[in-house]
Amino acid sequence: MKTADFVEARRRLGEKSLKTTEKLTTLAKAVNLVRDGDHVAFGGCMFTRTPLALAMEILRQGRTGLTISKNLMCYEGEWFMAVDAAQNVITSWLGIGLPWGISRILREKGESGQLRLEDWSHMGLGMRYRAGAMGLPFLPTLTMLGSGLAEVTETRSMACPFTGQTLNLVPALFPDVALLHVHRADRYGNCQIDGYPFMDADIAAASTTVLVTAEEIVDEDEIRRHPDRTAIPGFMVDAVAHVPYGAYPHEMHGLYVADYAHYDTYVDAIKARGTGAIREYLDRFVYGAASHEAYLALFDGEVLKRNEQDAKELLG
Amino acid sequence: MTRDYTPSELLTVMASREMVGVNTIFAGVGIPLLAAILSQRTHSPGLTIIVEGGSIGPEVIPGKLPISTNEMRLSHRAQMLLGINEVFLLTQRGFLEVGFMGGAQIDRFGNVNTTVVGPYEKPRLRLPGSGGANDIISLCRHTVLVTPHERRRFVPKVDFVTSPGWLDGGDSRARSGLIFGGVSRVVTDLGLFGFEAGTKAMQIASLHPGVSLEQVVANTGFELIIPGTIPVTAEPTQEELDTVRALDPDRRFL
Repeated sequence: MKTADFVEARRRLGEKSLKTTEKLTTLAKAVNLVRDGDHVAFGGCMFTRTPLALAMEILRQGRTGLTISKNLMCYEGEWFMAVDAAQNVITSWLGIGLPWGISRILREKGESGQLRLEDWSHMGLGMRYRAGAMGLPFLPTLTMLGSGLAEVTETRSMACPFTGQTLNLVPALFPDVALLHVHRADRYGNCQIDGYPFMDADIAAASTTVLVTAEEIVDEDEIRRHPDRTAIPGFMVDAVAHVPYGAYPHEMHGLYVADYAHYDTYVDAIKARGTGAIREYLDRFVYGAASHEAYLALFDGEVLKRNEQDAKELLG
Repeated sequence: MTRDYTPSELLTVMASREMVGVNTIFAGVGIPLLAAILSQRTHSPGLTIIVEGGSIGPEVIPGKLPISTNEMRLSHRAQMLLGINEVFLLTQRGFLEVGFMGGAQIDRFGNVNTTVVGPYEKPRLRLPGSGGANDIISLCRHTVLVTPHERRRFVPKVDFVTSPGWLDGGDSRARSGLIFGGVSRVVTDLGLFGFEAGTKAMQIASLHPGVSLEQVVANTGFELIIPGTIPVTAEPTQEELDTVRALDPDRRFL
């Protein structure tokens, strides 16, 4: 994939509306802003604060030819690979977690040479989003030097013009669309995040279009009462949808813990029946559920309640 | 003499001892993180654990061990929750004394592979990738590798350098631009290993109780440097074993 030129990225930003206006819409209408072939970047990390409702809606709407990027990609990455919605994957790691073993579809696609996956280091990819957020074409780093990662990715090394020291340069990343799930937002798109900030603010600033789902929509005054908690300003945001449990069965800081047992079931099915089980999972939980509400109805309400309780206890 | 502990319990205990006297550590997911938490609760109460998800100084609840370095379980009683880029940038600045991480393949110069077994374009085994491992080994003041000791893991040369140790040995790491850090120690369930000063080739530092030199040689796919006398590591104590078992009662990692 060719790295977007930083001048072109700034021109595209010039076409974006920065108006303080009503951004509140439905999940489906927000996802209408994603086009086939877009580079879609995910906020959150691993199985925390993942914009899963947005990811599932993109699959429901049948987008194709996408590039997806996320620093540590969990099973949402597997879904896009399993239905060939994504042609390119930009990441530093893909899987659910050590107890669940190596991703079967990563192996299948990777070992048959079908996958175009860019292998960055966690920081290397983070600095690419950061460079984009800074409006610069690249950033110098001391990481990835001397490694195989530097050989298989679009990095350059240079001698520092001041000290002569060898530096690794990573090119800026300017995603077309950022997908973010946050704790609360107002109707103008001002977003607040509790717990880990991850890279959401960098990804939002680097992207042309920013789509947000929020656990809660709050009054503008509520945002203004605690402006220090705002991670993403409204003018960056193009659409906000109210989606409680928008990261579930992944976790949301202080609201609900991850549903490990759900991962067990998902992975056990793949182990038993092969990667076709990913498609079966999607047929049930994504394509078979017309909306996020219908999706949530497939989960046991008692389990949801227990996961909310566990989250409260963890912070206690 | 029979020994009442498993290889992974032994590995975790031995890794935790490497943190004695250390103030700030960057812990990778799995056994390294478990060992860091163990050390915090036994040898090193003041140890500040830092993880790539952004948690600074967490105190994990026994039985609620985090699986991901980004989850709420790892934010329990943390002193700070930082952005991911910010954590790596303060590592680049030099605040992290020791990095702890695992690896699928390790070679005689301490290079680590978690990307592919076989050729990159068409691998025999596609692995998950670097995550923060490359950054930890590149940027911490020094790095300790923690891994089960198996012949298939200890290869003469890794198929892919995901995370650079001493590269081709000698001064090759520094020549590549990595002027800080390096791999100082490899902890396995058979022994402790260091690197010879000039060549940077792996050498035996000590063997764990009941482990023979033949056993280590048979489980290593390259020639280790063997010193004239080989010390024996001290047995895990009951306190160490009790603490580690209480941390992971579901045995997700042990």
